[in-house]
Amino acid sequence: MTMPFYVAPEQVMKDRADYARKGIARGRSLAGLVYNDGVLICAENQSRTLHKVSEIYDHIAFAGVGRYNEFDSLRTAGVRLADLRGYSYSREDVDARSLANAYAQTLGQVFTHEMKPMEVEILVAEMGSEGHPDQLFHILYDGTVVDEDNFTVLGGDADTIAERLKEGFTEGMELGTALRAAVKALAGPDRTLGANDLEVAHLARSNGRRAFKRIVDGELEQLLSG
Amino acid sequence: MSLPLFPTGDPGPSFSELLKRVGTDVAVDGGGGGGEPPAGVTHGTTVVAIRYADGVVMAGDRRATEGYSIAHRAIEKVFPADRHSGVSIAGAAGPAMEMVRLFQTNLEHYEKVEGAALSLEGKANQLSQMVRQNLPAAMQGFVVVPIFAGYDLRRHVGRIYKYDVTGGRYEEADFHATGSGGRDARTTIKLGWKQDIDRATAIELAIDGLYEAADEDTATGGPDPIRGIYPTVATITADGFERVADDEVAESFQALIQRKTREGHPA
Repeated sequence: MTMPFYVAPEQVMKDRADYARKGIARGRSLAGLVYNDGVLICAENQSRTLHKVSEIYDHIAFAGVGRYNEFDSLRTAGVRLADLRGYSYSREDVDARSLANAYAQTLGQVFTHEMKPMEVEILVAEMGSEGHPDQLFHILYDGTVVDEDNFTVLGGDADTIAERLKEGFTEGMELGTALRAAVKALAGPDRTLGANDLEVAHLARSNGRRAFKRIVDGELEQLLSG
Repeated sequence: MSLPLFPTGDPGPSFSELLKRVGTDVAVDGGGGGGEPPAGVTHGTTVVAIRYADGVVMAGDRRATEGYSIAHRAIEKVFPADRHSGVSIAGAAGPAMEMVRLFQTNLEHYEKVEGAALSLEGKANQLSQMVRQNLPAAMQGFVVVPIFAGYDLRRHVGRIYKYDVTGGRYEEADFHATGSGGRDARTTIKLGWKQDIDRATAIELAIDGLYEAADEDTATGGPDPIRGIYPTVATITADGFERVADDEVAESFQALIQRKTREGHPA
């Protein structure tokens, strides 16, 4: 009879976390930030069709970095949860907090029980209305939830980018200013990012019930050039 | 609630399928057949749709009845289905409203999951399936007959679809009206319809149709200037579904009243 080698639980967790972090670090980063009319999400993404940022519900957006198939299945599940809730109760009863909790549960469960953890980090952003503030929930591969009021950065190089974004960020920025600050932080000192390298979307109070809107082509270039 | 993840038997982009998977399907179970609806069921009546140069006008009266009494004076029967389409309903109000809500959720769900909206034809077929699912209930008297209309973004025209209780879907070229006053409204619209009419004329025609229907049919509500209740009117164009303001509808009714007074009204 063979005995399995003893591995300390700490070591198991550390290995899994390293594995997930490595996977996430391979992809490009994204930033979510609050501006004067809602929430802006700006991702470095060269693809026009494989989206990192998408709509979940009227005032809720989703963004993911890491393995595309993994965060895309999480996105679909989020749309399902939100639509089920809105259909069985009311549209007002769908909020980002409970969605973020559901994501955290699932990611935590997968991290401890499955063969491999999910190599993703996700952002659940909610545009506030009627006195409620905008909220950003940043959820890590192991189910850790961090809620941010102003901005958050997801991806391998998150800390450095967040440092840069902190310098460029001020409360109540206009859309264009916010976008340029995010792009500058994502690019860093040695690169410049153009409209073709970016995927940008926002949740704006001026957009009506379905607040999510992608910013593309001409509009994006115009905002970037200021 | 935990995340609805489906390792096997994924429902895809269909919200109705998703409801079945999570076990909250609301389909009405059909029992025995048999004609008359039970007393005390609210019914909505006349709705019209007219194609014009830029798209489609949809309109509906505001009355709901329960047998011979008025159940509601200001019910809504014209709804946006999504950005570029609308649905209006005649028949048993309860199942009809539920059908509209599920239809709206279905279209939005598909659009969000797939990242692209269904074609207008696809939306019309989806509604057809929902009407067919209601057939057992329709056999018991809970008939729901919608009109679906929208702006086809690929062909750049307004299109109108009518339905029968079996889910049969028929595209109408220019206009349609359904509900108990539908026949009167249709005749009125038929006499006034011309190719490529403008928005104002189309709205006027829809209001004429509803007025004549209310004149002949007890279950169709006419304009109510005392309470300020006027038919719901909406336009669907390349810019999307847009409700026509009550003031504009009221004005259009004023014009109609003046015209009728001037020209004399058949008694």
